[in-house]
Amino acid sequence: MSFYIASSPHHHQRRTTAKLMQLVLFAMLPGFLAQLYFFGWGVVFQLSLAITVALAAESLCLIARDRAPSSGLQDNTAIVTAALLAVSIPPLAPWWVIVIGTLFSIVVVKHLFGGVGHNIFNPAMAGYVLLLISFPVQMTAWMPPTGFATNAPSFIDSLYLFLFQFTSEGFSLEQMRRIDTGSMLDAVVMATPLDHLKTQLGQGATLSEALQHPQFIGFAGAGWQWVNLGYLLGGLLLLQQRVIQWHIPVAMLGALSVCAILGSIFAPDYLPGLNIHLFSGATMFAAFFIATDPVSAATSSKGKLIYAALIGVLIYVIRSYGGYPDAVAFAVLLANLCVPVIDQYTRPVTYGHNKEAG
Amino acid sequence: MSNEYHTLSKDGLWENNPALVQLLGLCPLLAVSGTVTNALGLGIATLLVLVGSNITVSLVRNFVPNEIRIPVFVIVIATFVTLVELTMNAFTYGLYMALGIFIPLIVTNCAIIGRAEAYASKNNWYKAGFDGLMMGLGFAAVLIALGAMRELIGQGTLFDGAELLLGEWASSLRVQLIEFDYPLLIAILPPGAFIGLGFLIAGKNWLDARKREKLAKAPVEKAQRARVTHVS
Repeated sequence: MSFYIASSPHHHQRRTTAKLMQLVLFAMLPGFLAQLYFFGWGVVFQLSLAITVALAAESLCLIARDRAPSSGLQDNTAIVTAALLAVSIPPLAPWWVIVIGTLFSIVVVKHLFGGVGHNIFNPAMAGYVLLLISFPVQMTAWMPPTGFATNAPSFIDSLYLFLFQFTSEGFSLEQMRRIDTGSMLDAVVMATPLDHLKTQLGQGATLSEALQHPQFIGFAGAGWQWVNLGYLLGGLLLLQQRVIQWHIPVAMLGALSVCAILGSIFAPDYLPGLNIHLFSGATMFAAFFIATDPVSAATSSKGKLIYAALIGVLIYVIRSYGGYPDAVAFAVLLANLCVPVIDQYTRPVTYGHNKEAG
Repeated sequence: MSNEYHTLSKDGLWENNPALVQLLGLCPLLAVSGTVTNALGLGIATLLVLVGSNITVSLVRNFVPNEIRIPVFVIVIATFVTLVELTMNAFTYGLYMALGIFIPLIVTNCAIIGRAEAYASKNNWYKAGFDGLMMGLGFAAVLIALGAMRELIGQGTLFDGAELLLGEWASSLRVQLIEFDYPLLIAILPPGAFIGLGFLIAGKNWLDARKREKLAKAPVEKAQRARVTHVS
């Protein structure tokens, strides 16, 4: 009988990358369903096309890099990247928008930097920024949420808009986005809550005036609050399943909250409050699904806290003082850039060594 | 003798290209390569300054004390930049306005002072002039390649606004190769310059690697001793 001695670690990780990614996709479901309910069928088309393009691009890249396509396809990372990008863009954006974004994410941001585990930037967010900078009109054309949309397109019309940018009756997305307000201005395009606040505050309105708009029912704007709650729910599931650790969501939301509370104390008329910052835009989605990307985030626990707090502060600063209404993608990319430095200075000290000796 | 000119041209245009290998002068390279016209204008300006400063530095190299050579080089370069700037102001005013601060900034282009220090201050004037010509051509070629790439992806055109540089007749040079309903704006914005330059450098390295692979006849693997015992 042989006495078998294994070296540490003795407790093995039972879950493969593929399994983890499946859990992430599963956890996106509540938020995804909320988006489906409030913003229509478009998100389904975006998701299907994004996943198809991502898998094709992933295979071609792996072949070009002399690797077996099956090895890369089985880990589901390309699907997660595609899904994260697909839910970030307006659901009725033309099909070529998501194709360009996904190709850039997979080919340039992921594979040119070395493939799975080697990308410095979050692929989905880099793709999103490329799209936002290149196609500002398409990337801000969100439909009014269900309950506000006068012309909510049917399944067929959504498909027509997605493929041809016109409904079967020949209306453009711009026309479909108009809502009937019943006043003499009977057709206005409704902006997202953050966009609306940015525009109104920029025109000199006070916060309470800007919040008069009928879409601010509930606590953070119709539709968006439920989408955020959906992603919060999914994120808690990820935490409970230990797919992600608490450091990043807590530090990011904490830093954002501190900034938002300070802003509300010192400039209550000009800066949106805590509820808007936490539950509108992409905050919850970012805290649990974007910033927690294990590849492009910081690695040590202390590093994760710094990294995520940096994202929270950047989101607040860019939302409040920048040119764009939401800031998640920019904040995450900027924080990704800081990760090597953060990792350098937060390297855990080996037990028995003092800090100076390293 | 001709062999040396051959080396100089090969270095300037490819092996030691100021933009792709030395990565010098990136500020103007990234900032004004939005269109072929701008790139061409700045490329020619840099080329003229580089040839002029290289020849002058080479001619005065024996009179300049080593300790103050850098200020002297800078004054020489600044003189040529001023000449080019005034010339452009007089004859290509539109382009002069379009390039703006980047013409005076040629003074600080490290590629120029780099050649003055590394080559012109050690060689005679005709060699230095030839080196300046080749380095300038190499730099201009990268500028134009990057400009063409960005203009094509970002607007679908080539030689847009060529009349600013070449006079009225050149407005017919503008070609619309692709009609975009929605061009990929990022290409003509600053991030596009960085991404584009990255692709150009990667392309050059890939070509070089392929050439090396062809040259190398399957090298013999030698067994290497590796120390596996504990090193204290």
